Amino acid sequence: MRDVFIIGAGQTPVGEHWDLGLRELGATAVRAALDDARVESVDALYVGNMLSGCVNGQENLATLLADAADLLPAEAWKIEAACASGGAAVRAAALAVAAGAHDVVVAVGIEKMTDAVTGSVSAGLASAADQDYEASHGFTFVGLSALMMRRYMHEHDRSRDEFAPFALTAHRNAAGNENAMFRKPISEEEYRESPAVASPIGVLDAAPICDGAAAVVVCTKEAIQSGQEPLRIAASAAATDTMALGARGDILELGSAAVSSSRCFEASGLGPSDMDLFEAHDAFTIITALSLEACGYAGRGEALRLAAKGCVAPGGCIPISTSGGLKARGHPVGASGTYQIVDAALQLRGRAGPNQLQKARRALTQSIGGHGSVAVTHIIEA
Amino acid sequence: MRSREPVGIAGYGAYVPRYRASTASISATWRPAGAAAAAVGEISVAGHDEDVVTMAIEAARTAVDRSAVDPATIGAVWVGTESKPYAVKPSATLVAEALGITPGVVAADMEFACKAGSEAMQAAVAFVGAGMVDATLAIGMDTAQSKPGDALEYTAGCGGAAFLFTPAEASLATVEASVSHVTDTADFFRREGASYPEHGGRFTGEPSYFEHTLAASRRLLAELGAEPGDFAHAVFHQPVPKFVLRAATALGFSHEQIGAGLLAPRMGNAYAGSSLLGLAAVFDVAKPGDRIFFCSYGSGAGSDAFSFRVTDRITARRQGPAVTDYLDRRREIVDYGHYLRLRGKIRRA
Amino acid sequence: MDLPRYHRLRSAYYRLEGQRCASCDTLQFPARARCGSCGGNAFEDHRLSGRGTVYSYTEMTQAPAGFPPPYLMALVRLEEGVLLAAQLTDIDAHEVEIGMPVEMVTRRLREHGPRGFLVYGYKFRPLLGRRLVS
Repeated sequence: MRDVFIIGAGQTPVGEHWDLGLRELGATAVRAALDDARVESVDALYVGNMLSGCVNGQENLATLLADAADLLPAEAWKIEAACASGGAAVRAAALAVAAGAHDVVVAVGIEKMTDAVTGSVSAGLASAADQDYEASHGFTFVGLSALMMRRYMHEHDRSRDEFAPFALTAHRNAAGNENAMFRKPISEEEYRESPAVASPIGVLDAAPICDGAAAVVVCTKEAIQSGQEPLRIAASAAATDTMALGARGDILELGSAAVSSSRCFEASGLGPSDMDLFEAHDAFTIITALSLEACGYAGRGEALRLAAKGCVAPGGCIPISTSGGLKARGHPVGASGTYQIVDAALQLRGRAGPNQLQKARRALTQSIGGHGSVAVTHIIEA
Repeated sequence: MRSREPVGIAGYGAYVPRYRASTASISATWRPAGAAAAAVGEISVAGHDEDVVTMAIEAARTAVDRSAVDPATIGAVWVGTESKPYAVKPSATLVAEALGITPGVVAADMEFACKAGSEAMQAAVAFVGAGMVDATLAIGMDTAQSKPGDALEYTAGCGGAAFLFTPAEASLATVEASVSHVTDTADFFRREGASYPEHGGRFTGEPSYFEHTLAASRRLLAELGAEPGDFAHAVFHQPVPKFVLRAATALGFSHEQIGAGLLAPRMGNAYAGSSLLGLAAVFDVAKPGDRIFFCSYGSGAGSDAFSFRVTDRITARRQGPAVTDYLDRRREIVDYGHYLRLRGKIRRA
Repeated sequence: MDLPRYHRLRSAYYRLEGQRCASCDTLQFPARARCGSCGGNAFEDHRLSGRGTVYSYTEMTQAPAGFPPPYLMALVRLEEGVLLAAQLTDIDAHEVEIGMPVEMVTRRLREHGPRGFLVYGYKFRPLLGRRLVS
């Protein structure tokens, strides 16, 4: 397999884009990534998206975006892996380049959630759970994550307040990211008193519904041109777990996250402590905690202690959500996995502005879908 | 009427939903201060996810569980109700499906206002007594309807019961005889497409409830050559408690005889479920050898009267929730708005 | 949910009907093509007891279209060992505790507007008296 490099990254601001649709958001992010890479065309476009069929009524989305971004007649497909779609699209692009099928490919993650009313968006999001046995009974992502959080608190004797550092860190970092949705730090009190969405999950445990698109251009070593700032994809892996939460041997273990991250560590010869930052899938604070445990940063039930010690903040042993994360940058679901890689690229290139970490040579990014039924993990290095 | 072969009840099950609305909360909205207290203190109210089908399924499951009858031998399911979830589409098929006894089964909904449940009992006796099937399920269940502010709203409750009829030798109570007394008397009705029933006020009393209840009861007593004193318990349809007391007294039954089956004071009138639920409550306490007198009433109008004799098997057929278990698990709804929401009386489209 | 999908699911929704592996007796709900324990592919229908305990729960205050909030959802550990996601009913949020005994009841899962069809299926409520399977 050939080595794969990221040579361009682009994004739209994350938020409620009432005047922009899928084509505008997608084309903007794709052209921004191409401009950043200083390339005019690509061999293929891979689109990570979850909801275009049920929320926007738009399938054949990749062709729509290839057309809108002036990339015709490039090969173009949509890749759907629930909230991990954005990470999956980057992995698909990396695989195509590594396998020698293409030399330069752009992957875009995109979601346009505000095209529909909230009830329909929630129903669409719930379709990533088992439709017959979960979603049709009234479950949503947040509901399933709430079951994990309640059980976590019960088994490990933890209070909801102890999850606060994840949300506080994300909001503090988002303040320094001009593309973030919530650019305002929150207090512990605001976290504590945020109204419940699905108890014990409160509004400030959860990432918002929003729109956005982010894109990266990947290529072979040979295709790198002077003036580009290439970053190597040191490892890429994906794994799955049961659709039904109840079917897991242990609902407090994110098996897909553990398997995909350990495959990345194995393939790269690196370990958790070699990472300078971790763009975790912080859609809910409980998922952040379980991700840290799954990726080897904390033992079972230990993630909250890690957070309490300041480990996840900038300058800590494993900074997370360095640009605001899903929680505060925003979580346009199918785009989030790509945003994570774009944000990591900014850190590794030393262009993260006020959020720039002192040392940022290697980043772990992990995009999780369907409350842990699918995870895509990458290690990127400068 | 007597069936050719002796028939009995092998299992019974009841259902009353968890919610109660105090009639004071209804008065507070509709009646002037100082108006007389309502005849019933509180009414049972189905939850937002309940209807006649869900309630019938639970009562039927209990009846089958208690009966020691192989569900595969049940040949008919009838649901008597005046609050069908679907105007057109049987409730009974869903009950049969939930019991796992489809497709070799007769299934239908019966309608005769508050007598629909006992109508199902008459048919059940006939099917088993004729040897057509080994077991039939007769259910009377209602989520009673009433117009907001109408007198009925102070008494309309939710609940009912299911009885599994089989040949007498396997039963917890045998059917001694039954009669039916029917005339065309439009004391209470609901037109197609109307949400709530209309009623004739005082006309629902003398020429309607009392005329049919007393006539059917007297005819059954005569047919049996029995006296009210021969019965340990008597159960009547329960529009309001005072109707039951007056009918019982007129017939010569004592307060003690009607006590066990009189549930209206605690839950109101569950229409087609009312008298059947009273019978279930009597089975909860009856002793082997007891004779039980039963008489329903349905507007339109008619009464079915039955006489039962309790067997030794009764004591082994009471596992699972008793009627009082359902009545005791009450969750009071204090505000009338919540009551209207649960009963689906708030128009949202 | 459309009618044909609902129809296909009725034995599971109404009766908690799963399967028992013919070779190793493992119980599965919902039914699968392959036994998760031994890989066997021969099964017989098996109805679960419907009795279990609350393993985790949540009160849904923000809900998808068709599910008026608030309502309670839970993971229920059935007597047979199966961990099942379902709604809780006949109970208020402050009364729920992990470990409390519950039993299956058949309730309305969803109404498709005043003119649409009704979806019925399993929910769980606090155990009320002793119950046998039927």
